[in-house]
Amino acid sequence: MEILVAASVGAMVACGVYLILRARTFPVVIGLTLISFGVNIFLFATGRLHTNLPAIITPEQTLYADPLPQALVLTAIVIGFAMIAFVVVLALRANGDLHTDHVDGQPDDGRQKGGS
Amino acid sequence: MTLALIPLLPLLGAFIPCLFHNRNLNAASAGVIAGLSLLLLLIQAPAVFTGDMPIYIRSWIPAMGLTFAFRVSGFGFLFALLVLGIGLLIVVYARYYIAKEDPMGRFYTYLLFFMGSMLGIVLSENLLLLMVFWELTSISSFLLIGFWRYRADARQGAFMALVITGGGGFAMLAGFLLLGHIVGSFELTDILASRQIVQAHPLYPVTLVLILAGAFTKSAQFPFQFWLPHAMAAPTPVSAYLHSATMVKAGVFLLALMVPVLGGSTLWFTIVTAVGLITLVFAAYMAMFKDDLKGLLAYSTVSHLGLITLLLGLGTPLAVFAAVFHIFNHAAFKAGLFLLAGIIDHETGTRDIQRLSGLKKAMPVTAFLTLIGCGAMAGVPLFNGFLSKEMFLAETLAPGLTGAWSWILPAGAVLAAIFAVAYSIRMLLGVFWGNPAEDLPGSPHEPPVGMTLSPAFLMAVCVLVGIFPAFFAGPLVNAGAEAILGPDMPDFHMAVWHGFNMALVLSMVALAGGVIFYRQRQKLFDIHVWCSRNLDGKTLFESLVSHMIRSSRRVTGCMENGSFQRYAALLIGSALVLGASPFFSDNAPFLGPVPLTTLDPVTLVMGLILISAAVATAVFHRNRILSIIMLSTVGLVVSLAFSRFSAPDLALTQISVELVTIILMMMALHMLPRITPKDSSSCRKWRDIVLSMLAGGGAAAVMLAVLTRPFDTISDFFLARSVPGGGGSNVVNVILVDFRGFDTLGEITVLVIAGLVIYALLHNFEITGPRTDALGYPWSRDRFPIILVNITRPLLPLTLLFSVYIFLRGHNDPGGGFIAGLITATVLILQYIASGIVWTRPRFHFDNHVIMALGLILALVTGVGSWVAGYPFLTSTFTYVSLPLVGKFEIASAMAFDLGVYLAVVGSVLLVLVKLGTLNSTDAQTVSPTFLRKKAIQKEGH
Repeated sequence: MEILVAASVGAMVACGVYLILRARTFPVVIGLTLISFGVNIFLFATGRLHTNLPAIITPEQTLYADPLPQALVLTAIVIGFAMIAFVVVLALRANGDLHTDHVDGQPDDGRQKGGS
Repeated sequence: MTLALIPLLPLLGAFIPCLFHNRNLNAASAGVIAGLSLLLLLIQAPAVFTGDMPIYIRSWIPAMGLTFAFRVSGFGFLFALLVLGIGLLIVVYARYYIAKEDPMGRFYTYLLFFMGSMLGIVLSENLLLLMVFWELTSISSFLLIGFWRYRADARQGAFMALVITGGGGFAMLAGFLLLGHIVGSFELTDILASRQIVQAHPLYPVTLVLILAGAFTKSAQFPFQFWLPHAMAAPTPVSAYLHSATMVKAGVFLLALMVPVLGGSTLWFTIVTAVGLITLVFAAYMAMFKDDLKGLLAYSTVSHLGLITLLLGLGTPLAVFAAVFHIFNHAAFKAGLFLLAGIIDHETGTRDIQRLSGLKKAMPVTAFLTLIGCGAMAGVPLFNGFLSKEMFLAETLAPGLTGAWSWILPAGAVLAAIFAVAYSIRMLLGVFWGNPAEDLPGSPHEPPVGMTLSPAFLMAVCVLVGIFPAFFAGPLVNAGAEAILGPDMPDFHMAVWHGFNMALVLSMVALAGGVIFYRQRQKLFDIHVWCSRNLDGKTLFESLVSHMIRSSRRVTGCMENGSFQRYAALLIGSALVLGASPFFSDNAPFLGPVPLTTLDPVTLVMGLILISAAVATAVFHRNRILSIIMLSTVGLVVSLAFSRFSAPDLALTQISVELVTIILMMMALHMLPRITPKDSSSCRKWRDIVLSMLAGGGAAAVMLAVLTRPFDTISDFFLARSVPGGGGSNVVNVILVDFRGFDTLGEITVLVIAGLVIYALLHNFEITGPRTDALGYPWSRDRFPIILVNITRPLLPLTLLFSVYIFLRGHNDPGGGFIAGLITATVLILQYIASGIVWTRPRFHFDNHVIMALGLILALVTGVGSWVAGYPFLTSTFTYVSLPLVGKFEIASAMAFDLGVYLAVVGSVLLVLVKLGTLNSTDAQTVSPTFLRKKAIQKEGH
């Protein structure tokens, strides 16, 4: 189980990083979202993987999943949404003002490789 | 306290001269402040002359070893007397020198500021305090040198002085810190008594070199000598003050101060003596060829500072005595000569020796005073300069010297003395003798009496000390030297005539040689001009500075070329290196001891779906819609994973956020290109693939390493206190709204700020989306399909009810403000999507801004409420109530906080999505609140 979780986190981070390194704004946004998924799972898993032990106090239950990483990740998910929304709108605004969605604002015609 | 007032009076009173607009009041106020300070110093005189050392200590920052402590040692007294005495003379002189157009108040302010800093240096008991004043002199001298700020050379000179002395100050601070570390105290009294400890310490050489660097830069010793001549762009009173008695003398003051601790070692002897000798000879040589009077005096000053440094390097008791004596003598005649040069400049309009000639007739008094000054500078008997210079020559012949030193030192000393005689004669004869010059900018005449007063006083001192040294300078110099030497104080009696000895012979040789050199000057000039073309410190300094700027620009250019891709790659690359390095430096096994848990088939399948969806997101990223669909698959599996691993709250949050995120991306994509063109070369693509593989591999490795290590958590506290302390059995929610409510407050604040920023970015922003779909067909006319509309409308009250339920149960079961807020926002957005803004907006009579703000305010008020009740911020309380149908539930103050969270989430999510949705929509204009308000007003008007 641990190997699978680690592999999933690795896959999300790897694909996210690859997309962040692309030259257009939209893949960068998608990449950021993927990375934040990976990071959320990572943080959550630092409380270890528990099956059927939700952190809801009941008399029958004696063992519980670690609630602290869960609480932290819950706010991280919402903040992550705020960040993604901000980056999306930034991409939109940049596209509207610069008439290109290149991350460095390079015009589409007479395209250059790399930075100027 | 009176002791501390000596430096503090000029420092704190520095602004006073600035307050007056009258030039006499400017000068008078500065004079009164300096005079008061001098009076306070003289009160200490009886104690100092009897060998006491008054001390004043107040604790300042004890943790750092910094005390506010001052002391008046004999040496410090001598220096303080020079600073204040010559300072007063400068105040008088400057009243006549500074032109009407220049801001005189500001001049005196800078001067007092400098005076106070300088007094601070010579009277500090604490090394760190001394350092503070040391830096203050760098800053105030920068202001003084650059006083004529409209002149480029003044600005350059000031800048150079600041960079060189400030840089040296850094080195010295490091040296002081080491010294304090070795001794264990920053008090001078402790440090001066710790010679053995310091010199035996392995850090001694480093400490010594660092402190010497500070002293040498300040005193313009070789190879830092070049800043001083360029500082001559300052007004002459400033040059006279800074370069005779104060600024540059701070360096030799520090050297002398450190002789008892750092001196006496071979290293000290070698460095200090060699630097002193080189400076002495080189600067004296340079001084001979300067046509500018102030330039000549500047190099002469550097040379004399070299002489003092050399004496301190020798470190014998008599040499130190001679050094102290020469500090006094040099201050007197050099300050006077600078002031005289200022008079010449002021009355004739030029300082160029080539142009000046025969001023003797027009300015007899000035000529006479210059004669005394030059005599003292050259070391002619019966002037004070002769006495200390003869002592110096005698010391270079001291029998203790071995090897090459035994002849290099006397030879260098005599050579420098010959040069000194030559440039002194040149200054005197070149300006005052010969045929009267005719093409001068001004008509030469004697200056006002006030201007002659100061140099006359100084020259009188030179003569009196020259003839009656024991009477006029004896006590002062003895007290000064004794403060440094202590029990080693030589039994030396100052006198004009010490009998016929070798030193006297050398003095005479120097005088004769100087005359010969002066007569042969034309040949020397030719040689010098040939040599000096390529060797100027200023050009070297400036090329060094511009080279440094160029290379740092190049480095910056490599790192910051404006390409986001490069920044991201650099960032990820460095994160990889930093993250990987502990793995390689540590020998601990990679996996911990905790065994792996077994894998069930369903989880495996879901995991594989997640991995393939993530890979598909990246692989198909050129097709943006496909990429988003794949991304949403990843998000869904992530929320399933939360549910699978006992985190129902997270699963609920994730799935609702997922929904909102995808809607947001779809709306944005409508106005962005639908496909991503190929930009990257295959080389870059492979670089990125390698980077991302490493990043992903690293994240997976760290995850695995964490998961196989033993688990230790602080959550037992939360689990135990959740029901009795927080009144809720859903521990995650209790943590959010109660235990760590302050975090949550911060987080909804971020959410609200993000909402506002997005609103600001999109407000009045115009962008047109494409008119056709990807295949070129026009958009469907059926924008609001009837089935969707009919399903979503009944869904609205049901879902709202559901979100209330989720909200209310949140404290005990999965749910809460965040989730309920997201559900509400989603269902409202669904109405916009299904029925369009024209239908939806007028039916929701609320402003998203207001909702958002209300939420934040409610959360804050809840927190403050517990304050009012006398508890810490955000302390919660609860009670149980029963309602029919709903049953027994508890009302907690945390619930009000959670309601705040709910409102903030609803408000900000709606604000963002609705704003984004109304972009590029002409219909939206007709229902915007401002439009409706205008319409209402128009109606009323009709």
